[in-house]
Amino acid sequence: MNDSDAGPAPVLALKDVSKSFGAVRALQDVSLQLFPGEAHALAGENGAGKSTLIKTLAGVHRPDTGQVLLDDSPVTFHGPADARDAGIAVIYQEPTLFPDLSIAENIFMGRQPRRALGRIDRKAVHAATAELMARLGVALDPQRPARGLSIADQQIVEIAKALSFDARVLIMDEPTAALTGSETARLFSVVETLRAEGAAVLFISHRLEEIFQLCQRVTTLRDGRWISSDPIGDLTEDDLVRRMVGRDLGELYPKQQTEIGEAALSVRRLTREGVFRDVSFDVRRGEIVALAGLVGAGRSEVVQAVFGVDRADAGEVHVDGKRLTVGSPTAAMDAGVALVPEDRRQRGLVMEMSIERNIALTGLDQVRRGGLVRRSLEQGRAADWSVKLQLKYNKLSDSVGVLSGGNQQKVVLAKWLATEPSVLIVDEPTRGIDVGTKAEVHRLLSSLAAEGLAVLMVSSDLPEVLGMADRVLVMHEGRLVAELPRTEATEESVMAAATGRNGKERAA
Amino acid sequence: MKTALSALEKPSAAPAPEKSDARNLVDAVFRARELSIGGALVLLILGTWLTNHSFLDSQGVKDLLLNSSILVLLAVGQSVVVATRNIDLSVGSVVGLTAFTCGDFVSGTSHGPLTVMLLGIAIGALCGLVSGALVSIGKVPALVVTLGMLYVVQGIDYALADGGQINAVNLPDPVLSLGSGSILGIPYLPLISVAVLAATAYFLRTYRSGRELYAIGSSPEAARLAGIPIRRRVLVAYVFSGAIAGLAGALWLARFGTVVANAASGWELTVVSAVVVGGVAITGGVGSVWGAALGALLLTTISGALIVLKVDPFWEQAITGALLILAITADRLVQVRTTNALRKRSRR
Repeated sequence: MNDSDAGPAPVLALKDVSKSFGAVRALQDVSLQLFPGEAHALAGENGAGKSTLIKTLAGVHRPDTGQVLLDDSPVTFHGPADARDAGIAVIYQEPTLFPDLSIAENIFMGRQPRRALGRIDRKAVHAATAELMARLGVALDPQRPARGLSIADQQIVEIAKALSFDARVLIMDEPTAALTGSETARLFSVVETLRAEGAAVLFISHRLEEIFQLCQRVTTLRDGRWISSDPIGDLTEDDLVRRMVGRDLGELYPKQQTEIGEAALSVRRLTREGVFRDVSFDVRRGEIVALAGLVGAGRSEVVQAVFGVDRADAGEVHVDGKRLTVGSPTAAMDAGVALVPEDRRQRGLVMEMSIERNIALTGLDQVRRGGLVRRSLEQGRAADWSVKLQLKYNKLSDSVGVLSGGNQQKVVLAKWLATEPSVLIVDEPTRGIDVGTKAEVHRLLSSLAAEGLAVLMVSSDLPEVLGMADRVLVMHEGRLVAELPRTEATEESVMAAATGRNGKERAA
Repeated sequence: MKTALSALEKPSAAPAPEKSDARNLVDAVFRARELSIGGALVLLILGTWLTNHSFLDSQGVKDLLLNSSILVLLAVGQSVVVATRNIDLSVGSVVGLTAFTCGDFVSGTSHGPLTVMLLGIAIGALCGLVSGALVSIGKVPALVVTLGMLYVVQGIDYALADGGQINAVNLPDPVLSLGSGSILGIPYLPLISVAVLAATAYFLRTYRSGRELYAIGSSPEAARLAGIPIRRRVLVAYVFSGAIAGLAGALWLARFGTVVANAASGWELTVVSAVVVGGVAITGGVGSVWGAALGALLLTTISGALIVLKVDPFWEQAITGALLILAITADRLVQVRTTNALRKRSRR
């Protein structure tokens, strides 16, 4: 599958690797070869298995079958430390720092230069950190704590960490997702020099132009399977997208034409100090409005404040013309707002409770007779909604923990749709669920909008935003910076706004 | 490091590191904590002394030092565990068990203080090993494990004691003189505590494994990805805390001579209070053993002052509790404020 006669042997490779988590097959017979001096892109949709693949290379997961090959000989990484000692540096999508420790300690934890008697040479640690920061061209004090760093700066610390040891293989999981244009350019020049020096690079990005700019080879995954590995010169962007998606984008996002009514949700100058400020928008009946932006831009925080989970410092929320009490989810629910949260395991569900109980939680008044919860009413409510959402389950009394991610998400949706809301807020509705269920969720959202529901959708999945939304609101660093109608929303226009590149062009 | 780094060109103009407000701010916050406890301590001592001068005569000072040394010791051990986002509630029972077993062992013999201390440390370390193994390898929540250990160890202690007690008259003189003797007017006990305190503080600051304890408490997930041997570190933290509690038990025996089975029962909460009051965050990752020791000193001084001021000693518990709540509330507020401040500064 690879023209292995060209150039040197791979530094790091996967051979026929499979990995399952319970019933979910995250990787099936995937092979990958990383060559020294080559930047290799890993492409695929969300849930294609990219993160699992990276974690296998990083020693976090051990393959169920197949081998990890280091310099052509099979190795077993017993943990991240083994992989690191083999010269594999990983920069994860979400920076993993110690908030209470200094930047220098974050970079050198466990590997600090030492003086006699094994004591840490603190001066050397700080000097080395200062040098790394200087080479990355950033002004971060090595001794300040990581707490409170912006996502971009946290990413810089992760990169410095990777640079701080002789990384023969540099793996980056969407490192640019939260970076501005100039920060990305700086990162790329660092990667270029590393590569020129003979390091192998594995790069994941949803921005195709970055893949074409930086990489020489690209491997595509779809639904946990290896699809192809090609030199980048042999492909066009369209070829790559086709390999990633494997089907026509049109049928993936079944957007129905709807009749758009009056505003159901109006948010006016909503502000939460230090998180987001001056956010105003409307969501009308029958409309799906997407709230896009980079990780950390404040999108989830806005919807949480709208629903009243977080208290807003200033501003108003109106539902159907009536003003909501600030900071009261109960008031929001009574007014007909439903929020499907981002983290379904922590916030959306009580994992140990049964499906029927979870669905009943939002409507305890409806399943109660004389102060006591009636099991039969619970069951009725749950059975109703699980049929409507085509939930796949064994018994309604099973705990939701045993369901797949996609079915868990359906339970959360059922739980909130059962309240018969007029405004449905969904935060990352399809994160981490398989492609089939994803399409079902999209179809559901679309038909709900068609029935006159106002839908506000927070999503980091750009194709989803573009495919589903009637309007796209874009946030950047806590501010609403753009409002794009469906016709004007493109990958470029949304990303430009999300990275703050058109911040100044925005009128009012 | 060479090949990777040499690949990077020297930047034309290295930006001057923001001689950072951020760092100063954080420094200030931590200094503020230790300063405010120190200040409270000074005020308390001064106020009490003004009311009753005997509080600071040589006997008074000696009492203060002796009374605080065991609590300081326990606070040091506890801090190491709390730094990893865990807790050890069994220390009070361990002190009681070791004090009693050590006393039983040396009664009517001519064993020296060193034997007693080593025996105490060994017993304590064993208890710590059990808790630590359950927490780190068995992945049982620390609160549950050590609460269970509290009762298990206490039960063993009661069974061994069988209603009896250790009497000072049976103890060898060298052991008793460990509790009462002094060098240059300073009793041995506080000297031992300060030595352990200083050594632990130095270790936590300057050794990789010491820093890793804080890293584990600050973010377990990041610690895992950084390849820190979490289970081993947590296990060792518990063994250390147990050993310290065992040493404290031996010193308890030397100080009081007469030991009943429920010696030091209930101390675990005082120790945890001292640690938290001293600025070691109960959520891990933050704080120093110096702060914890100051916290222990403050709590002991309060109880001493209440006696001198002839206040009903029942108030001591209420005051300790109020301080604890105050400290945790302050921690929380300070954390929220500094995070916001840091965030604003880096956004600038």
